[in-house]
Amino acid sequence: MALAKKLGVATKAGEITSRSPRQIAWMRFKRNKVGMVAAWVSIIILMLSLFAPLVCKVLGINPDELNLDLIDSSGIPTLPNGGISLEHPLGLTPGIGRDLLANLLYGSRISFTVAILTTSMTLFIGLIVGIVGGYFRGRIDDYLGRFTDFLLAFPAFFMIVALSDPMVARIQDIGLAQGNSARIVFLIFFLSFFGWPGFSRLVRSQVLSLRERDFVTAAQAMGASRRRIIFKELMPNLWAPVIVVVSLSLPGYLAAEAVFSFLGIGIQAPATTWGILLDNSRRFVTVYPNFFLIVAGSLVLVVLAFNLVGDALRDALDPRSER
Amino acid sequence: MSAPLLSVKNLQKYFPTSKNVGFRKEKLQVKAVDGISFDLMKGETLGLVGESGCGKTTAGRTILKLIEPTAGQIIFDGKDITTLRPGLMTPLRVHMQIIFQDPFSALNPRQTVGKIISAPFEIQKVNPDGGVKKEVAALMDRVGLNPEHYNRYPHEFSGGQRQRIGIARAIALKPKLIVADEPVSALDVSIQAQVINLIDDLQKEDGISIIFIAHDLSVVQHISDRVAVMYLGKIMEIAKTEDLFSAPHHPYTTALLSAVPQPDPRGERSRERIILKGDLPSPINPPEGCVFNTRCWKVQEICRIKTPELLTVGKSSVACHFPE
Repeated sequence: MALAKKLGVATKAGEITSRSPRQIAWMRFKRNKVGMVAAWVSIIILMLSLFAPLVCKVLGINPDELNLDLIDSSGIPTLPNGGISLEHPLGLTPGIGRDLLANLLYGSRISFTVAILTTSMTLFIGLIVGIVGGYFRGRIDDYLGRFTDFLLAFPAFFMIVALSDPMVARIQDIGLAQGNSARIVFLIFFLSFFGWPGFSRLVRSQVLSLRERDFVTAAQAMGASRRRIIFKELMPNLWAPVIVVVSLSLPGYLAAEAVFSFLGIGIQAPATTWGILLDNSRRFVTVYPNFFLIVAGSLVLVVLAFNLVGDALRDALDPRSER
Repeated sequence: MSAPLLSVKNLQKYFPTSKNVGFRKEKLQVKAVDGISFDLMKGETLGLVGESGCGKTTAGRTILKLIEPTAGQIIFDGKDITTLRPGLMTPLRVHMQIIFQDPFSALNPRQTVGKIISAPFEIQKVNPDGGVKKEVAALMDRVGLNPEHYNRYPHEFSGGQRQRIGIARAIALKPKLIVADEPVSALDVSIQAQVINLIDDLQKEDGISIIFIAHDLSVVQHISDRVAVMYLGKIMEIAKTEDLFSAPHHPYTTALLSAVPQPDPRGERSRERIILKGDLPSPINPPEGCVFNTRCWKVQEICRIKTPELLTVGKSSVACHFPE
């Protein structure tokens, strides 16, 4: 009886120690302190951005209110340190005296929208093209491969700059979206159009190596359909690179949106994004460095946090990788 | 005499390849399997031996139609499956299975053991009495795994245990034919014996026919009823295990057998080793005549001209102009 009990306990314990590959990766991730801090920072920033209206209400700040009484005639805040006070935690934007924190929060929503949607589109296209090319190989793979080569070699940046105005006009003509929404649609569309080839290459190489593994042959020997092989055997093994790419390309597109808005071909005022704030701060950087430092610092913080999460994820998911 | 379960006739598999000659591309063919024929009876084990690169694995996979054959005929259970489309092959796959060499790549790392072993039921839409889960637990028990490990992942098992999982998956639907592709060569010797005995037991219980591919002759001798010796895509000699090991007729078989170490030190000391000269010729450009003529010590003029047929010599079938 005691022995049976002992055995029972032993098997129970055995059950507890059984871990799925995902749980093991999560354990490894938790051990990485830098990654954990970066993950918390990323989550907090994402939450602040998502609940910006609520946060602003709690803090009693309003992104659209012009605090004209707090700036002088040349547009510089009258209070020291750029107007940092209890009412305005990060001060005011020069020129029209809007609350900077509120503007950062609301601006991040557009930036994150662009970054998240672009990343999802990139993933979607890249996964399909990569799996089709890698799994079916042959002529299809050749055509897809040459097309991705073409896109990779294409001077995408100049293309986006040059096509911005006519394409936005076109989007407005079709009636898809108006004004800034049209610009957002344009940005997402073009960034993803030129963004997926790198990812599809990665997926393709993974699929090429996976499809030669014996468990795929085993599935074929059991009479599994292509559909089953792709969705049940291959896809679950692709999550690791997908997660890493997401966490690394998200900050990339966040920064890209800022760059295009900064250059004036992305979203336009009076809407706010981090790119527009940066553009404004440029004019005041000598007289009012606070503004520039806060906006640039926020961007650096976000991009760095997401990148560090990506690095930590990669290490956790693939312990054999160098570095 | 009853009809064989599997009948392979002049099976060929050429893989296309190409070589750059200047700016031109020269089309070449790797003759991995070059005209092999044999019959396999119900419940019989056929050992397929030969050195690396002789086409054993390709032969096994072509027979299961995992690779499309170039020419020849495969008759399984009275049905010609040589040119059957994949869709029409699916129902037949209940009856033919494969066990792999590398237990680490044979199991999907993202699936639990239970899921891996229940895959055949799911794919072939088979509903055993008492449900799939119960059947899988019974299978795990049968191959010597603890059914409580149902929800574990492959990385938590040792090589031998993983091979047992692969075997459980292969026998799940009670197939008539299993191609065992070097199922023990990746395992430790002590584990090898266990796994071989497991395969042997399961075969006796279920009456499965097995094509046992290996390069370890002692393993083949232990498990096989008949043995086929392959060299460069062709069968050199095929005979009952006792006959082949006691009286090899083909020089290549003799050379292979002479390489087996003997456990008795006296026997080992007096063992005469035949060391073959040279390397295995390229299967892209196999020698004219008998493919073994470049390394054979009995080679004559005719061996370089005429390809020997597989003929009966004593109790064996041998492809040699000068059988011993």
